[in-house]
Amino acid sequence: MADAQVLTNGMETVWEKPRTLSETRMHYCPGCGHGVVHKVLMEVINDMGLQDKTIGVAPVGCSVIAYNYMNIDMQEAAHGRATAVATGVKRVLPDKLVFTYQGDGDLAAIGTAETIHACNRGENFLIIFINNAIYGMTGGQMAPTSLLGMVTSTTPEGRQIETQGHPIKITEMVATLPGTYYITRQSIHTPTTVRHFKKAVEKAFKHQMEKKGTCLIEVVSNCPSGWKMTPLEANKWLDQNMFPIFPPGDIKVDGKLVEKKQVISQKKEIK
Amino acid sequence: MSEVRLMKGNEAAAEASILAGCDAYFGYPITPQSEIIEYLSDQGRKRGMIVMQVESEVAAINMIYGAAGAGARTMTTSSSPGVSLMQEGISYIASAELPCLLVNINRGGPGLGTIQPSQGDYFQSVKGGGHGDYHLIVLAPASVQEMADFVYLGFDLADKYRNPVLILADGALGQMMEKVVFPNYDPKAHKLPKPWATVGKTPDREPNVITSLHLHSEDMEKINLRLQEKYRKIEANEVRYELINTDGADVLMVAYGLTARICQRVIELAQQAGIKVGLVRPISLYPYPYEIISKLTEKIKGYFVVEMNAGQMVEDVRLGVNGKVPVGFYGRMGGIIPTAEEILQNLQKFVKTVSVKEKK
Repeated sequence: MADAQVLTNGMETVWEKPRTLSETRMHYCPGCGHGVVHKVLMEVINDMGLQDKTIGVAPVGCSVIAYNYMNIDMQEAAHGRATAVATGVKRVLPDKLVFTYQGDGDLAAIGTAETIHACNRGENFLIIFINNAIYGMTGGQMAPTSLLGMVTSTTPEGRQIETQGHPIKITEMVATLPGTYYITRQSIHTPTTVRHFKKAVEKAFKHQMEKKGTCLIEVVSNCPSGWKMTPLEANKWLDQNMFPIFPPGDIKVDGKLVEKKQVISQKKEIK
Repeated sequence: MSEVRLMKGNEAAAEASILAGCDAYFGYPITPQSEIIEYLSDQGRKRGMIVMQVESEVAAINMIYGAAGAGARTMTTSSSPGVSLMQEGISYIASAELPCLLVNINRGGPGLGTIQPSQGDYFQSVKGGGHGDYHLIVLAPASVQEMADFVYLGFDLADKYRNPVLILADGALGQMMEKVVFPNYDPKAHKLPKPWATVGKTPDREPNVITSLHLHSEDMEKINLRLQEKYRKIEANEVRYELINTDGADVLMVAYGLTARICQRVIELAQQAGIKVGLVRPISLYPYPYEIISKLTEKIKGYFVVEMNAGQMVEDVRLGVNGKVPVGFYGRMGGIIPTAEEILQNLQKFVKTVSVKEKK
């Protein structure tokens, strides 16, 4: 962050927008998590002095025009192919820092093969995975991570195992691959969790500079519009229903799986 | 460098890509072109190229997008079913105007088809293939020498127009061995600066963004108009063809790639049979040499098109001819290479029909 300046009215600047965030007004719905994740990500890149070294890859989904808000060089990938595009960038620019920014449909449905193989090769970049259990951009259809019993526009009776399978826990899956180094599940629905998420991003960029392998940060997020809730209701719902299936916390640290104290049933239905 | 070597077409293309300064190759093995990735995995890696065998053609073409967008000279190669898988990515690459080289060693289709040579991917190559209004520059080699030469040319054209270039060959050209000479080529003197590439935003410029998304229709139309303007420029500057024995010919064959080689034998056989026949060999399939095909109608009784497909390029010949002379066609499918003798028999039938019309 820039040094505090004294303004004419006598007040000190204690926070200012990092220069890695553009002036463009974000299009996200009220209460949506994308804006916070964008801000934190760009703050870290700004604070660590990485603007001229970072290349981002945007997905298809609500954050498809993330490059309008991020004041860094970026590529817009086809749906699901962000980790393949990032592989191409990183392999020819190994000393630059690369991240992908992907939603649940992009990363865990249409792009599953690219996600798993990038992680398996240990591609030395950061994957930011926004999991809000719904397809926001196309109008609230089922995501691969939608919870059992969850009502969406394509699961009007609630998601059923027999027809739609289980919510996929791709973060746990890629943590089992030797190519991954740091895998964590975070959220940004309270000030405390935002701070934790920021620390995780800093850690992941440091690992990338040390060429440790793939880092993936899942952000359990919300979708007030798609969930048809107020922002406050959405964050409460996230806490009560998303966390039992997608529990926050580190899954793999320094290349080693973190032992879990409790096993949570995948079959938990929505309250 | 000027020594004569005996190589497969696939190997010649691979060696040429190393000499042309290709920075990175991403691909997935598929018959009949796997020699390219095998050759590069050995020779390419040893000589500093990034060579990656990846999980699918879908991943490979998107890695090409990423690497080309980051300013690298980059290439992928495949054969028909694999190229079909790449079509989504190719459309994105064309829209984002990323220079890169693609090679399709065409095999027989549709579907999983056969591993034998075919020209069944003509439409896919020159008429789109992926979604939206775009064109690849398509080059059709007819010898192992051209398998090498068109790699240099392809990279240079890709850089010049910021457009993907496709080398469309077939399984026989990939597999057959012929003499080849690699020219002196200094990649440094040919590679163009890429100030648009995403290499990290410096304070002196705005962020570079590689994208094919333009949500407002007016913006998307502007992009399309710019692309169309570029295609008109390519059509004006980059038409390539070869005329063989066209002077004094009554009938001209039109064929590209492997069939053009066979048609050269047909010319000899036809002369012995007393038929005056020549050959127009399109080298660039996009842009297509419509103009020369149109011009030559004044001097001949008809065109006879030979392809290893059900009749695809023949449609472009008809566009060029525009009804002025009859257009005949002979093609084999499923991976069968027509012999010069069977082409001659069918050519003779065609010659009779145009001669009868002339008498009337």
